[in-house]
Amino acid sequence: MTSDLAATSVDVDRPDGAPPAGRRPGWRAAVRWESGLVLVLVAVLLFGSAESSTFLSPSTFFYLGTNTGYVAIMALPLMFIVMTGEIDLSVASMLGLSGATVGFLWHHGWPIWPAFAVALIVGALGGALNGVLVAKAGLPSIAVTIGTLTLFRGLAEILLGSLTVPAPGDRLLPASLTKIGVVPVPGTQLSYSMLIFLVLAVGFGVVLHRTPLGRSLVAIGLQPEAARFVGIRVNRIKLRLYILSGVLCAFAGILLTLQNASVSYNAGTGLELNVIAIVLFGGVSIFGGRGTIPGVVLAVAIVGALQMALTQMNVDPNVQNIVTGALLLLSVVVPSGGEAVRRARARLRRPAPGS
Amino acid sequence: MSVQTQAGPPVGGAQASRLMGLLRAREAGIALLIVLVVAITGLNNHAFLDAQSLQQLLTGAALIALLGVGETLVLVTRNVDLSVGSVVGLSAYVVGDLFKNEHIPVWSGFALGILLGAVVGALNGLIVTVLRVPSLVITLAMLYIIRGVDSMIVNGHTIDPSAIPSAFTAVGYRTILGVPWLAVIVAVVVAIAGYAMRSFRSSRELYAIGSNPDAAGLAGVPIGRRVFTAFVLSGALAGLAGTLFLALHAQVDNSGGSGYELTVISAVVVGGVAIFGGSGTVVGAALGALLLNTISQALVASRVSAFWNEAIAGALLLAAIGFDRWLSLRVTRSLTSARGAHRDV
Repeated sequence: MTSDLAATSVDVDRPDGAPPAGRRPGWRAAVRWESGLVLVLVAVLLFGSAESSTFLSPSTFFYLGTNTGYVAIMALPLMFIVMTGEIDLSVASMLGLSGATVGFLWHHGWPIWPAFAVALIVGALGGALNGVLVAKAGLPSIAVTIGTLTLFRGLAEILLGSLTVPAPGDRLLPASLTKIGVVPVPGTQLSYSMLIFLVLAVGFGVVLHRTPLGRSLVAIGLQPEAARFVGIRVNRIKLRLYILSGVLCAFAGILLTLQNASVSYNAGTGLELNVIAIVLFGGVSIFGGRGTIPGVVLAVAIVGALQMALTQMNVDPNVQNIVTGALLLLSVVVPSGGEAVRRARARLRRPAPGS
Repeated sequence: MSVQTQAGPPVGGAQASRLMGLLRAREAGIALLIVLVVAITGLNNHAFLDAQSLQQLLTGAALIALLGVGETLVLVTRNVDLSVGSVVGLSAYVVGDLFKNEHIPVWSGFALGILLGAVVGALNGLIVTVLRVPSLVITLAMLYIIRGVDSMIVNGHTIDPSAIPSAFTAVGYRTILGVPWLAVIVAVVVAIAGYAMRSFRSSRELYAIGSNPDAAGLAGVPIGRRVFTAFVLSGALAGLAGTLFLALHAQVDNSGGSGYELTVISAVVVGGVAIFGGSGTVVGAALGALLLNTISQALVASRVSAFWNEAIAGALLLAAIGFDRWLSLRVTRSLTSARGAHRDV
């Protein structure tokens, strides 16, 4: 969708072999989904400000950041994984395991920074486990990561049990760090987690849209066989993406622990679905090979803003699920609906030259 | 059992029976594992072999096994249904609400629960087959939407035991000849589905679709209709499971059945159903559910902290898919060597 490579190879990939000559100019295809997202974002902002007088205030923006930032950080590596045609359902469990690791070590008297380091290493190891099973052993990523989803959450449960850290008698987490949950970055209304997400997003965007590695991801997603034949180390890239995902999810777990100033084993349970919803709503194709960073950033903004608006309207968080689900549904139904119409039109046109 | 579905060239009789043996070994292997877990736990803790404790093994696995049957139908077609947990919650609450406010008869509680599930399944099936979009995304979206709708209907209330007819909750705890009703109902469903999946042409076509959708289409299999039916059945069974959930727990709020979808998929995959379609049996799926529940109860009985439960379930799932992979590599190797032998002629 973004790059010429993606735009042209989609046609090659399409089994019905629509003639490339009939295609619209590349830039129209490139802006279609993302420009739709911009319109949705504007609509959400208008809706929010109409429904709640406090919606367009700096504090709303800050809370949007704290509520969405750590989720958005997990969406970035997942986006790359989905682009290669795989999936990682274990992200939220890794977040929980990382938080539990920090909590466990803190409870046993460790200083905070070494505890963070161990949590990140746990993230890398967990990601490597996913990666080895998917890329080296060739197991289906959906089954592997459902397994590690359960496994990581289970390990978190073993570490902390029913304990909430800091437990009575424990030291409090350092206030100089837990302040990221209550004060924005000085001089702005950005939460720290949102700022980190934006910085990471720029980095991911440069890699995806401006480097050979980014092109490789697109190629792997569109044609894994062909990608291997042109010398792309498909399995090595996938393995490294899973490790990256593990590390960043562990990092998100640390952020969440600090924001809440406490942690229990079930932090972030079920969040994997939100992360996937953001990635897919951002226009990343579940079949791999398509996706843009601006799309994912817009999806983060939309999901976050909608959540804030509905919360300020006192809509039950469980009922808000309907909106998340509807966005997810839209993200596949709209493109496929277009595809279905095109199929029907092609069927109407085909008999003419034949007769 | 599922050997007919293995795509590949015709193989010699000895080869085929060996294959059959390997695959059949899956159900037998799980059954053996269940017996082992029960026996070892029973040696250390005799209370584990009490009738009541054994009944608990069956009751605790019943709902997941029932959902596993529907999930198997969908998975063999190379699709997935993630909405089952939410359907359980919705049907449990709606049926409970009807008991409470409309005083409907017990049998119609079951009928309405099943119908409600079938409607959701039909919706899933329609979107997946008409728009040709990945079921993973559609049913994930439905998981959210149905849970949201459920929460809207629930609106902070709960159904408590006093609102439910006692004839209905009896289904949750009564036994026939020592076997819980729940287990009997699920066993009947598993038996019917198991027979159908082995013998009916239309069910064999589900395997064909999952093994190779293109080839199945060329062979004249009505793919859309079959996949649609699989989703409707999965939804209907989830609706039934929701009704049984209500009978079993006699109370429900807006969180009933949440997270079941992943437990069901774990159980089914442990039971030997391939996540990418084409193979697996409902009996295996039901045994997978029984194994997971047996292990978790055995941990409790062995006074291992229940905190170990999830980690072990996850490790078991990874072991199961790793084993499947190893098995399929072996089968492929034996098939290729068999083919090589034939080519010499």
